[in-house]
Amino acid sequence: MNAEALLLSLRLALCVSAILFVLGMPLAYWLAYSRRRWKFLLEALVALPLVLPPTVLGFYMLLAMGPRGPLGKFWYAVFGHGLAFTFAGLVIASVLYSLPFAVQPLVASFETVDRKLLDASAVLGANRLRTFCRIILPLSVPGIITALVLSFAHTLGEFGVVLMVGGNLAGVTRTVSIDIYDRVQSLDYAGANRTALLLLLISFTVLAAVYGINRRAGRRAWLPWSAK
Amino acid sequence: MRLASRCLLLLSVVLTFRGASAQDIRVAAAADLQFALDDLTAQYAKQAGKKVGVSYGSSGNFFAQIQNGAPFDFLFSADIDYPRKLEAAGLAEPGTLYEYAIGRIVIWMPRDARVDLSELGWNALLQHGVQKIAIANPEHAPYGRAAVAALRSAGVYEQVRAKLVYGENIAQAAQFVESGNAQAGIIALSLALSPAMREAQRWDIPANMHPSIEQALIILKSAKDKESARAFLAFVKSSAGRKILESYGFTLPLAVGAGTPKQ
Repeated sequence: MNAEALLLSLRLALCVSAILFVLGMPLAYWLAYSRRRWKFLLEALVALPLVLPPTVLGFYMLLAMGPRGPLGKFWYAVFGHGLAFTFAGLVIASVLYSLPFAVQPLVASFETVDRKLLDASAVLGANRLRTFCRIILPLSVPGIITALVLSFAHTLGEFGVVLMVGGNLAGVTRTVSIDIYDRVQSLDYAGANRTALLLLLISFTVLAAVYGINRRAGRRAWLPWSAK
Repeated sequence: MRLASRCLLLLSVVLTFRGASAQDIRVAAAADLQFALDDLTAQYAKQAGKKVGVSYGSSGNFFAQIQNGAPFDFLFSADIDYPRKLEAAGLAEPGTLYEYAIGRIVIWMPRDARVDLSELGWNALLQHGVQKIAIANPEHAPYGRAAVAALRSAGVYEQVRAKLVYGENIAQAAQFVESGNAQAGIIALSLALSPAMREAQRWDIPANMHPSIEQALIILKSAKDKESARAFLAFVKSSAGRKILESYGFTLPLAVGAGTPKQ
């Protein structure tokens, strides 16, 4: 078992879900409540990583991160080195790759919030931020947990994009899925099996925890508001 | 009615497409053969009228897949160990192991690099502007192992170790350089000589600086048409086949087994 690769994957997944949490909130809010006619274009854009093969995303990320690509140019100018083969590069690629897994559950749960509550809040003089914090957020706890966990788990299991832009550096870009692939290739099936089994257990535990919490949170989230 | 005729049309298109793409021989090949084997199989199709379908990847990956029943007729490996192991495991046709080429590696840099590779040789890798050097993963790619061995015998391995990035196979290592994300790479001569990659600087690493990359092929037990497979093997061994491999920078081993030796 490769503890270094596993720790790296966990670190990557944590960073990505934290960033997606911050980016996903306003984006999901806008997608849930905006009435712009071209909203569907942004919706399609956000959903793209769901249907695109990781190789397509990885290929374009590799070009974008290169010295001739926009991301790469920017990164060279600021940091003096390339973005591919770095942890930061993986984080950026993974944020794009896992975007729909964070945004879609958020949008879905924001949309189910009863409009009457929002109207009432506005009538009572609360501004949008206050309404968001006091009404939408508490009612969307299950969706938020789902978004966090899905982006975490999806990043943990990411393979194709990392393979395309990672460069397989121990401790920097050799994530646990790459490590398993490497071991299979070098015929270390026992080693691959140990790591794969651990990943399976972690993934199952995380998902089971979410479904469990979601059930309880689903009940709890509704109670205080229906009581009021 | 119209729907039915449309369906029929679609079906016929699908069927003819399938007919045209049916492969007589299925080959699993190491990534360094990408261009050489495309050429070889095209020639063979012209000559014998048989279509050879090639899947490129890393030898180790194919070895694992073949052990688990992948439907290939041939393995063109980037080394000689995988075919030997397949033979020992009873997964290959006995006596068909053939060393078809000896691979060479080169240092490869983009043309626009501000480094004169032909003058500097190994020292080009030590330049400040070279931040990343792409090689194939030495853990399972024969070309990666050769690259590391050559870096060691040149005495620069410790200096460049932090710059190394690993491609999944030798073709991905080349692609890291091609896309500009790595400033140099150690790749197969056969890739560097391909039309798509010729527009670059290259420096041939002397063959005595790394253990020789003996590349062998073998016909697999799972081959459905053994006659066709043996006919293709004969073509690979023929002087026409050897000439094509030679034109992609492969050194040819002295006549092994049957065939028409040139020497």
